[in-house]
Amino acid sequence: MTAHSLSLGRILRFTLLSLGALIFLAPYIFMISTAGKAQSEIFSSSLSLIPEHWSYVENFTKALSRVSMPTLLLNGVIVCAMIFLVQVVVAIPCAYAMAKLKFRAARFMMVLVMLGLLVPIHATALPLYVAFDRLAVLNSYTALVAPFSISVFAIFLFLQFFRAIPDDLIHAARLDGMSEVGIVARVVVPNAWPAITAFAIFSVVAHWNDLFWPLIVVTNQDYATPPLGLLSFRAAEAGDDYGALMAATLIITLPLVAAFLLAQKRFVEGITMTGLKG
Amino acid sequence: MSVLSLCKITKSFGGNAILKGVSLEAQGGEFIALVGPSGCGKSTLLRIVAGLDHAEGGEIVIGGRAVSAVAAADRNVAMVFQSYALYPHLTAGQNIAVPLAMRRLTTPQRLPFIGNLMPGQRQIRADIQRQVKEMAGSLKIDHLLDRKPGQMSGGQRQRVALARAMVRSPSVFLMDEPLSNLDANLRVHARGEIVELHRRAGVPTLYVTHDQSEALSMADRVAVMIGGNLLQLASPQEIYDDPAHIEVARFLGQPRINVMETRMDASGTVRFGALTLAADGVRSSETPVLIGVRPEFVHLSVRADGILRARVERTEFLGSEVIVHARLDGIGEAIVAKVGPAEAATLVAGMPVSVDIEPDRAMLFAVTGERLRAKTVAVASAREKARG
Repeated sequence: MTAHSLSLGRILRFTLLSLGALIFLAPYIFMISTAGKAQSEIFSSSLSLIPEHWSYVENFTKALSRVSMPTLLLNGVIVCAMIFLVQVVVAIPCAYAMAKLKFRAARFMMVLVMLGLLVPIHATALPLYVAFDRLAVLNSYTALVAPFSISVFAIFLFLQFFRAIPDDLIHAARLDGMSEVGIVARVVVPNAWPAITAFAIFSVVAHWNDLFWPLIVVTNQDYATPPLGLLSFRAAEAGDDYGALMAATLIITLPLVAAFLLAQKRFVEGITMTGLKG
Repeated sequence: MSVLSLCKITKSFGGNAILKGVSLEAQGGEFIALVGPSGCGKSTLLRIVAGLDHAEGGEIVIGGRAVSAVAAADRNVAMVFQSYALYPHLTAGQNIAVPLAMRRLTTPQRLPFIGNLMPGQRQIRADIQRQVKEMAGSLKIDHLLDRKPGQMSGGQRQRVALARAMVRSPSVFLMDEPLSNLDANLRVHARGEIVELHRRAGVPTLYVTHDQSEALSMADRVAVMIGGNLLQLASPQEIYDDPAHIEVARFLGQPRINVMETRMDASGTVRFGALTLAADGVRSSETPVLIGVRPEFVHLSVRADGILRARVERTEFLGSEVIVHARLDGIGEAIVAKVGPAEAATLVAGMPVSVDIEPDRAMLFAVTGERLRAKTVAVASAREKARG
């Protein structure tokens, strides 16, 4: 079959995929639509996708003036970058050691990693909150970043990937005179970009969108992350302002959408890469 | 003076003894092939010499220095891996430069960006580049220096791996089946090249292979390892003509050596058909022994004066020679002969033939495998009698 021929099967597949995509995108499309509607139109009984009166400018102005959008976005970037950086710096050497070095505790550590995967942040939230309170680090970047610095998911993901790196490659590096740190930095990391990219997407999306933890440890708007900032559109004295809320949501989801579109090719490459060939 | 010496190396994995006290000495510039069936421990031994694996017992001395407790990086050994183990993210040129950069540049000089500002690094890097080019030139891979391993063929990768190992003039050179991933034509060509490179570098080389023809054709001395023991270390000729153990005799040679069971009486005399052999030493009683004869020393003829009678089962034509499979009358054991095409022309399947063995080529082994030296050889075949 050539790329241009439109057989029945092809049309069917295309229709099904489009339909699926539409269902998944519907909330987002509706959000874009709502962001352009005035308050009265949002609460009217009729449901239309295209706003009667285009109120985009009005809603976006409100979204930008009600909260300090640059602060929110900057906080989001700082927190996500710090979390990702620390996670990678901790998880890569750990996964390397467990995958390629022989030591007695490796199996036990693997069990710990598995157990760690089972414990959600919600279970440890209260003790962590109390501890941070005692340490007087609430309302700080430390409080936002520290609980996520060791990601068992990252260790698990990298562990699987590193196991596929041929032992001979590590041996060759050792004979060439590299230390273990050198091996990680010069051989393992340059060949682990697909895994690191994949993990970056998981980590950044999760923490950019996280509302639960910032809500617990941050009350000061100076440290608010984007989802926390959105809360100020709710339950305000004048009632919920959905138009402005949707406009603000559009703004804070934009960086992720842009980042995904830019990294899309690499991400797909990472998934389809069939491992290392020496 | 020996440059590399291994003394009673032992190693076991989970209770299984992999190496049972292997000792070996290599002289300067010597090419030693470690050969044996898979699982005999030859690769493990190589890894222990490299420092990638730890021996449980024994001593390793490289260039007069005991290195058992020295890390792999500081032993100054270079290794070529079966999979070549080139760094996939670096070009061929960068791959070859790695061992030099790791040794000559200091840690701060190797740092990205900042390293470029360190004093003296520019000169060292230029030197390294020059050396990489020279090495590439001598292996005829200059045109590949900018390519990554993924863009090269197996033969090209193998050359880059050789270059990376040789560029830093190691004190011992280790190769772990470097030719097994190449196709047959290329392999024979690469054999000659490796021997030539080894001769030029003059560095003692341990070469692990499971391919007997590789071992016999390339090495100065061949070490045959079977079941974790080094059974014999000798020149290719000696190891083929005068094996010290039945397993060595069985492992080398194509087709395999004929091994037949017989008995030796208390005086050390062995009779096999009309062939009589006498072994050194006196036994208390009659013991079973094995007679080994290589196929090329077995002669088949239609005359009726051989030491044994046999019936031809089938023949394999190989061009310059013919392999004849026959079954001995009475004993029922198979015997294989390698004969010239002219000789074979008269032989057809089912035909009764007379078997002759060159008496001084027949070897005696104890049932445990050790070689029993023959003292005197006497042949009392019908032909001898006729002549006498």
